[in-house]
Amino acid sequence: MAEVTPLIRDELLPPRGPGRRHLISIRDLTKDDVERLLALARTFSASLDREVKKLPALKGRTVVNMFFESSTRTSSSFELAAKRLSADVMSIKASGSAVDKGESLKDTALTIGAYDPDVIVLRHPHIGAPQVIADVTTAHVVNAGDGTHQHPTQALLDLYTIDEELGGIAGLHVAIVGDVLHSRVARSDIQALVLMGARVTVVGPPPLIPRGIEAMGCDVSYDIETIKDADVVYVLRMQKERMLEGANYVPSLREYTARWGVTPERLRQGQKVMHPGPMNRGVEIDPVVADAADALIERQVRSGLVVRMAVLYDLLTHGPVEVKVAEIEAVA
Amino acid sequence: MPTEQTLFGGNGRKDDLSYEGVRVLDPTEGIDETLDLTVEAGVITKIEPGSGGDGRIVAPAFVDPHVHLRTPGREDEEDIASGTKAAAAGGYCAILAMPNTEPAVDSAAVLGALVERAKDEAEIPVGFFAAISKGQDGAELTEMVELAERGAAGFTDDGRPVASPGLLRRALQYHAVTGRRIAVHCEEAALSRGGHVHEGLVSAELGFGGYPSVAESVMVGRDLMLAAYENQPIHVLHLSARESVDELRSARSAGVKASGEVTPHHLCLTDEAVRSLDSNVKMNPPLRAEEDRQALLDALKDGTIEAIATDHAPHARHEKDVPFEEAPFGVTGLETAFSVLYTRLVEPGTLSLAALIDRMSAGPARIYGLERPRIAAGAPANLVVLDLERTWRVEESGFRSRSPNSWLLGQTLKGKVVETVANGKLVHSA
Repeated sequence: MAEVTPLIRDELLPPRGPGRRHLISIRDLTKDDVERLLALARTFSASLDREVKKLPALKGRTVVNMFFESSTRTSSSFELAAKRLSADVMSIKASGSAVDKGESLKDTALTIGAYDPDVIVLRHPHIGAPQVIADVTTAHVVNAGDGTHQHPTQALLDLYTIDEELGGIAGLHVAIVGDVLHSRVARSDIQALVLMGARVTVVGPPPLIPRGIEAMGCDVSYDIETIKDADVVYVLRMQKERMLEGANYVPSLREYTARWGVTPERLRQGQKVMHPGPMNRGVEIDPVVADAADALIERQVRSGLVVRMAVLYDLLTHGPVEVKVAEIEAVA
Repeated sequence: MPTEQTLFGGNGRKDDLSYEGVRVLDPTEGIDETLDLTVEAGVITKIEPGSGGDGRIVAPAFVDPHVHLRTPGREDEEDIASGTKAAAAGGYCAILAMPNTEPAVDSAAVLGALVERAKDEAEIPVGFFAAISKGQDGAELTEMVELAERGAAGFTDDGRPVASPGLLRRALQYHAVTGRRIAVHCEEAALSRGGHVHEGLVSAELGFGGYPSVAESVMVGRDLMLAAYENQPIHVLHLSARESVDELRSARSAGVKASGEVTPHHLCLTDEAVRSLDSNVKMNPPLRAEEDRQALLDALKDGTIEAIATDHAPHARHEKDVPFEEAPFGVTGLETAFSVLYTRLVEPGTLSLAALIDRMSAGPARIYGLERPRIAAGAPANLVVLDLERTWRVEESGFRSRSPNSWLLGQTLKGKVVETVANGKLVHSA
């Protein structure tokens, strides 16, 4: 293997924040934390253009990805992020594991915890699952989505993408459109955007806008025309799988699409359109808009990789005193 | 037809006890002074002027009208012995057990078996509710008259609402024959479905399915209207929402024989506690907003709510050791109720000690027609001895209950039940 000189040197890194155990919610972060993580991600993004992309930063560290809910982009992104930092990576999925045999999350966590992993990345269908892992293991826990609660790394990669695309976040107006009620992405994004000084409006039919969401610092609109005012239109997926049968959140997808679908006519020139994926083309987003948005969506995927590298690196090097600081060395 | 309530178990020894120079506080009897108290063979025989005082208070023991003993069916979570020992440690001289067991207490056979077990196993007297509907499935009325004759303390489908207004109306009509109060768990399932916590700012932010206040209050309103129409009394279990309190208050002022109860957790916590994602703050009805908590406190103070009930709901550890969203509803409360209410409400001056004692003792006894624990010569000794200066830490190892799902684990409380006398027997001493 070719000699690779260390990319990350202490003196090049942004200042370290106070030690933090976990990343479960955007609420765990201060504005300084977010700025530090984004700066770190920018540093890592330089490595993506190198011929040899692997960095030795987390050599000897173990990252366990536990994905108990279907995922393509988040699980692949975390796995690659850990591998790019030379960590040992283990992936566990619900199907084909002891979860199939009725093992509780606590017992699975204890089993995995016995290997002393440094980080456990968890995707789970239920709110509160990351707390269970945090309570019974000594690992840093990164929430990769827990039910309808939080998906903090998605919000960080969205910030990163917006910042790259528009050269800043403060003062921007972001409209988040669609099924806010069932969206962990919306919750994390609202908190992250408000934290960084953006203005956020959530737009959708009343049953899909949670009562009291204004308390998070956003505006609410039931009128799709509102999105014309925004710099960024963030389209959410209709999460049919999370909707209770017979709950009548929307009378039909047809009615939803007609009133709240993001179509070319409802946008104005120069607006950026984002979507966390996977998209339901023709439902929440018109195929033409989706195609135009593709470029940015691809960038979101790239952002996801470097942001997750930053999160893993930050947790393991800025952690509390009992956590050893990763030694940065060259890969021979 | 049955008239007097009978409780079961807690028999045996009748103790001789004496308390010299203690502050005796019985709000209903109008007593608050330093006295010497003598109990002979389980009966209060002498009440004489005393002097000095060591800081202890002797008061009427407590009555908990809402306990889940999980028997029959889930004796791993609680049984009659462990539940009544936990109650004794909490200062209770009598408790009423809910019928949502496996099987439900919906027949004379199930009730009869419980009564027999209680006679052997219960540390303190216990009464048993019977179900309103067979299997608590809301379809067919239980044989209420027979159940009342066999000792049912009241009727409820607690754990579930009586969805059909027609069925509740029939149950209320039978009250005219049984004389045993109908108690209702008010929840409109079409509104609470999928809800894990109160629908409000916290659920919006955390992403939980919301359980709105109106799911309770719409049912409280309906049930009170049915009780008014039938002119029969009704008891509203575990009130949580301010709109429900308003319904109860206006029904009472219109002359409806309606009573209500509130739990220690709804008096002390709001949905902000849910941010911890600790499954031990998940219960049904859910913790609501600060305005709701204030309304409950006001109603407790002005007597609209006459009783404090723990809704002691034990759950096996492995059932609560799961993500919040997967956890079952319910928390324990028998062993901490007095101390937490003293610490959080009486010490800061929000509620008087006399009112707390009344709502934990005379209030619930009155609702269900139980003999009121009282401090009077000739009365059976149902006493609690309180040390208000004593602080203690709530630890799992200290519980008599079989289940550890307390929302107070690890917290330090002030004020402790140091002795309980139930029906003449010293059942707890710490």
